[in-house]
Amino acid sequence: MPIKVRIPTPLRKLTKEQEVVELDSCATIAEMLEALEKNFPGIKERICDEKGEVRRFINVYLNDEDIRFLKNRETGIKAGDEVSIVPAIAGG
Amino acid sequence: MFPFSLGEVSRVCLTSCSKTYCAMEKSKALFTGLKCRECGRLYPAVAIHVCEFCFGPLEVDYDYPAIKKLITREKILSRPRTMWRFKELLPIEGEPTVGAQVGCTPLVKADRLAKALGVRECFVKNDTVNYPTLSFKDRVVSVALSRARELGFTTVACASTGNLANSVAANAASAGLKSYVLIPADLEQGKVLGSLVFGTNVVAIHGAYDQVNRLCSEIAGKYGWAFVNVNIRPYYAEGSKSMGYEIVEQLGWKLPRHIVACMASGSLLTKLHKSFNEMVKVGLVDPSEFHIHGAQATGCSPISQAFKANTDIIKPVAHPKTIAKSLAIGTPADGFYAIKSMRETGGSCEDVTDPEIVEGIQLLASCEGIFAETAGGVTVASTKKLVAAGKIPRNESVVLCITGHGLKTQEAIAGHCGQPRLINARLSEFDEKIYQADNKK
Repeated sequence: MPIKVRIPTPLRKLTKEQEVVELDSCATIAEMLEALEKNFPGIKERICDEKGEVRRFINVYLNDEDIRFLKNRETGIKAGDEVSIVPAIAGG
Repeated sequence: MFPFSLGEVSRVCLTSCSKTYCAMEKSKALFTGLKCRECGRLYPAVAIHVCEFCFGPLEVDYDYPAIKKLITREKILSRPRTMWRFKELLPIEGEPTVGAQVGCTPLVKADRLAKALGVRECFVKNDTVNYPTLSFKDRVVSVALSRARELGFTTVACASTGNLANSVAANAASAGLKSYVLIPADLEQGKVLGSLVFGTNVVAIHGAYDQVNRLCSEIAGKYGWAFVNVNIRPYYAEGSKSMGYEIVEQLGWKLPRHIVACMASGSLLTKLHKSFNEMVKVGLVDPSEFHIHGAQATGCSPISQAFKANTDIIKPVAHPKTIAKSLAIGTPADGFYAIKSMRETGGSCEDVTDPEIVEGIQLLASCEGIFAETAGGVTVASTKKLVAAGKIPRNESVVLCITGHGLKTQEAIAGHCGQPRLINARLSEFDEKIYQADNKK
C-alpha cells in the first residue's frame, strides 16, 4: 500500500494541482522528501532549507502527529500512512 | 512591481480569485501589495498569507512616504473616537464596512496597581471594554472582515481559542455575512455561548487549538471562505497595531517606556512593535527608547521558554495545560518574531502558573475595578515578576495590555473569590452578622 502525502496549496503548481499524491513505500520522512523530489522536481527546495532541514515556517505531520514530536526527518513511515505538509503561519 | 502579471494573479491566489482580482484592479489604497517577511518577494493584495517560495509570512506593504504626507495628529484627533481614526495605517482600500465603532478603549492611569506592583507609574490599556465583544480581537476582526468584503467574500471563518470566535460571530452577524467558527471542544462556556448567540456555525473540534488551526489551514482555500487568521491573516493581524497607536495618542503622543503584552501566537506583541516604529516613521511621534515585554502561562509557554533559553528555536507544546485557554497555542505562528521584537527592544519575557494567573486577575480587579479574563491575569502576574526581577525598573512607567473581559472565563476564578454571606431580610441579622462582625475590634 502506498503512502499518501497532502500537498499545501502553494505547492500544487508543482504537483499539477494534485491535493494528495501517492508515493511508493518510503521508510522515513527523509526518504519521502526524496521521493517527492523525484516525482515533482523542485519541490524539495521549497520544503527544505539549504541545510536540508524542513523550513521554519512549514509543519509536517505524520497522520495526526507533528514530526517534531517524533524523530523529525528520521521519523519512520509505514504503508498506508498519511503525511501532511501544512504552512505554519496561521492562527492566533 | 509584482513578480506576476495581472493575468497570473489567479495562479498565486489561494482562493477563488475572480472577485479578488477585481478588487485588486481598482486598488487605490495606501498599501501596494503583500511582501514576504523572510525573502522579500512581492505579491498582489489578495487572499494569500504565506510566500509560495519559502513559506514565510506575508505582510502588508505600505506606501509610507504617501502616508506621511497625508496623516497628521490634527487629522486623527478630528475623527470619531474609534480605531479607524488611524485608517491610513490599516490595510483596507475604502472606509471600514464592518466594525466601524471598534477601539479607542480607555487607557487607565492605574495608581493603585502601580503601588501594588511596586513601580512608579502604571497604565492599563483596557480592551475588556472593546466593542462589541469585549476583547482586543474586535480590532483584528474589524480589519479582516472589512478587507474580506472588499475582496468579495460572503462567508467568513476562523480558528479560535474563544475571543476571536466571539468577535467573528458578532461582527459577521452585524454585517450580514455567513460565518463558521472552529474551536477546541473544551472552551469555557462563556466563550461558546458568546459565539452561538450570534447565530454563527460553531464547530467544536476534539483536540487542542493547534489541531483546530491545522484543520483550518487545510480547508482554508477549499471552500472560497475568508479565514480571518489563515488566508486573510496579513490584513487581520494589522488590526492589532491600532492598540499601539491608541496608547501612543493617549500617552500624549509619546511611546510607552515599557509595555507588557500576553502572547498566544505572539502576533499582538509583534504588531505593537510595528505600530510604534510606524508612528515614528510617518512623523506622528518622536523616537524614544521603549521596551516590549511578553507574558505567557507556564502551562503553555513555548515563546517564554525559548526566550529564557536564549534561542529562537521554539519547541512546540503538544499538550497545553493552563487555565489561560485563550493563550494555549502550542505552536505559535509569530513566536520567532515575538522573540525578535523583545530582544530588539531590550524587553524581556516571563511566564506564570495558574495560581499566579488567578492572583493577577484578583489584583487588577481589586486595585482598578477591571475584571480581566485569564490572559489579563497572565499579563498582570508576569508584570509583577518582571518588576520584582528588575527587568522593569521600579522608577519607570509601564503599560499593561489587558485584552479580554473576565465574564468570559468565570470558571477560572470560581471558588477563589469567596462566597456571598447569606442572611434573611431582617435588619437585626444585618446588624449582627454583617455590620457587627465586620467591625469587631
